[in-house]
Amino acid sequence: MSTSRRPAPEPEAPVPTPVDGRREPDHMALFERMLLVRRFEERCVELYSAGRIRGFLHLYIGEEAVAVGVLDHLRDDDAVVATYRDHGQALARGVPVGPVMAEMLGRAEGVCRGRGGSMHLFHAPTRFYGGNGIVGGGLPLAVGLALADRMQGRDRVTVCFFGEGAMAEGEFHESMNLAALWHLPVLFLCENNLYAMGTALDRSESETNLALKAASYEVPAWSCDGMDVLATWEAARRAVELVRDGGSPVFLEAKTYRFRAHSMYDADRYRDRAEIEHWRERDPLVLLRTRLLADGVPQKDLDAAETRVTAALDDAVAFAEAGTEEPVDELLTFVTSGR
Amino acid sequence: MTARAVQETTYREAVREAMREALLRDDRVFLMGEDVGRYGGGFGVSLGMIEEFGEDRVRDTPLSESAFVGAGIGAALGGMRPIVEVMTINFAMLAMDQLVNTAAALLHMSGGQFAVPLVVRMTTGGGRQLAAQHSHSLENWFAHVPGLRVLAPATIEDARCMLWPALLDPDPVIIVEHGSLYNDKGPAPEPGTEVDIDRAKVRRVGDDVTLVTYGGSLGLVLDAAERLAQEGISAEVVDLRLLRPLDSATVASSVARTHRAVVVDEGWRTLGMSAEVSARVMEDCFYDLDAPVGRVCTLEVPIPYAKHLEDAALPSVERVAAAVHEAVGRDG
Repeated sequence: MSTSRRPAPEPEAPVPTPVDGRREPDHMALFERMLLVRRFEERCVELYSAGRIRGFLHLYIGEEAVAVGVLDHLRDDDAVVATYRDHGQALARGVPVGPVMAEMLGRAEGVCRGRGGSMHLFHAPTRFYGGNGIVGGGLPLAVGLALADRMQGRDRVTVCFFGEGAMAEGEFHESMNLAALWHLPVLFLCENNLYAMGTALDRSESETNLALKAASYEVPAWSCDGMDVLATWEAARRAVELVRDGGSPVFLEAKTYRFRAHSMYDADRYRDRAEIEHWRERDPLVLLRTRLLADGVPQKDLDAAETRVTAALDDAVAFAEAGTEEPVDELLTFVTSGR
Repeated sequence: MTARAVQETTYREAVREAMREALLRDDRVFLMGEDVGRYGGGFGVSLGMIEEFGEDRVRDTPLSESAFVGAGIGAALGGMRPIVEVMTINFAMLAMDQLVNTAAALLHMSGGQFAVPLVVRMTTGGGRQLAAQHSHSLENWFAHVPGLRVLAPATIEDARCMLWPALLDPDPVIIVEHGSLYNDKGPAPEPGTEVDIDRAKVRRVGDDVTLVTYGGSLGLVLDAAERLAQEGISAEVVDLRLLRPLDSATVASSVARTHRAVVVDEGWRTLGMSAEVSARVMEDCFYDLDAPVGRVCTLEVPIPYAKHLEDAALPSVERVAAAVHEAVGRDG
């Protein structure tokens, strides 16, 4: 069976009963955060169709459980290095939604004052280091952030997101080797959505068992169900603890799937409709909603979350639309710091 | 009054002293690169530093230019002040992504949030029979990119004194050191000597023609100027010192007096530093010029191994003198 056509992973065993003192996941908070990401992306599609957002727009729809499940474990002083599919990663990190939306619209009120756009979200207060349009380009950066922590005796964790496509890049191998060699506290978080743009995993990797590949660097490496936010949360809990306490890198693969095309320019000719529909059956939001209802959470609580998210996005879009354009006089600022 | 004995040093020792001083002055400064530690540096520049500062601050990296240059960027963002050594500029091609797509662009892409206080040192240039993959002068590639500062120390004083202001720069700085300079001998700068990293410098005063050069070509240009002086041609020599941002004003004020310019650059002529300098002279001094701007560059060929072929490819005193003869012969 071709790897790209393999069925969605079966739901894993229930999260083990936490030992005393261990954090437990706040199911409703995870749900609401995933919902924020999903609805944010849907607003972006509307705004793109209306010509308000231009350029590349890479949507995180279908992959929400990964960033939300992983980043829930970070402290404020930890760092995140993101991919070009970074809206969900930014929102899951807590980058404020209004300035993110303003950045999408190229506004001066955007997180990067309109310089970065969709692919280059940066946010110093949450130590969110972008937003990298070069596949694999963020990995060395993450290694360096961790090196600075190591050299300054801090127990911070750097989470570095990348797709499975990045694992064909030299920078993946160079960075894994360096981080392992120097025992640097990086969580290498592979979002395996099975396609590097339009090229399926088994058409780009000689070894499609990504954790096995990563383990060859003497780095603890395993996979989790990236459609199940609770499974991802639990896997990431172990991973982040291991990085922080052990001070060494860990590789975690989240098996996920993007429901939308690669970008708004992509006609999605390379995937079967049946495959997409198959994965949609394991929509991370539907999975968690079902679980919450089964656990006895009243429907009105879920509706209330939806209402709050809608209100937050209404505000964000209004904030962005009311934003100003950076004066062209400012075009050349931030090229250098102006010594 | 007794004159203080002048301390002799070499360009190599000057770079090493600059790095030692930086590591001593600031705990955030560290050196990393291929073979900078136990080997002592590919060109012996960091010899003895690992013994003095330890493996944590003088880090031998794997052969992975992209990762360790990128790690330098990340470490700079994380509060350190890394000096990254790339063994030669030819190998720096393997780190182009990190230097161009990340280091140079990050401040702007992030709307001013993330400056990258990184210094990357690398050897450049030919003349040592190292053939095409160890001899090229590719510094113009970096000088092309907004967001980078590119320094080319041509003298022992600049080799000794440019590093500290480079480390104080909040943005990425690339320092290119011509490989043939490391054995140059001369007086060590007085302790506490400071230099700027903003301005070109007139290295020889003259009236008839301005010779603009930098880095490894400065020596041969000064030799050419000496030879021309014996012919009665008075050449002024401008050392660019920094390739980005270019100090056009110093070049223009010289050309405005001499009315002639020849640019000498060990890079290739096509789209190289000499092309940029020449264009700026045209823009700034068009009505002052009595002759077209001359250029002496490396011939458009990958640098060959055999000495006579390499010599023929590189700029020489003879070619500089010939270009000057051409410029002054066209007196209007």
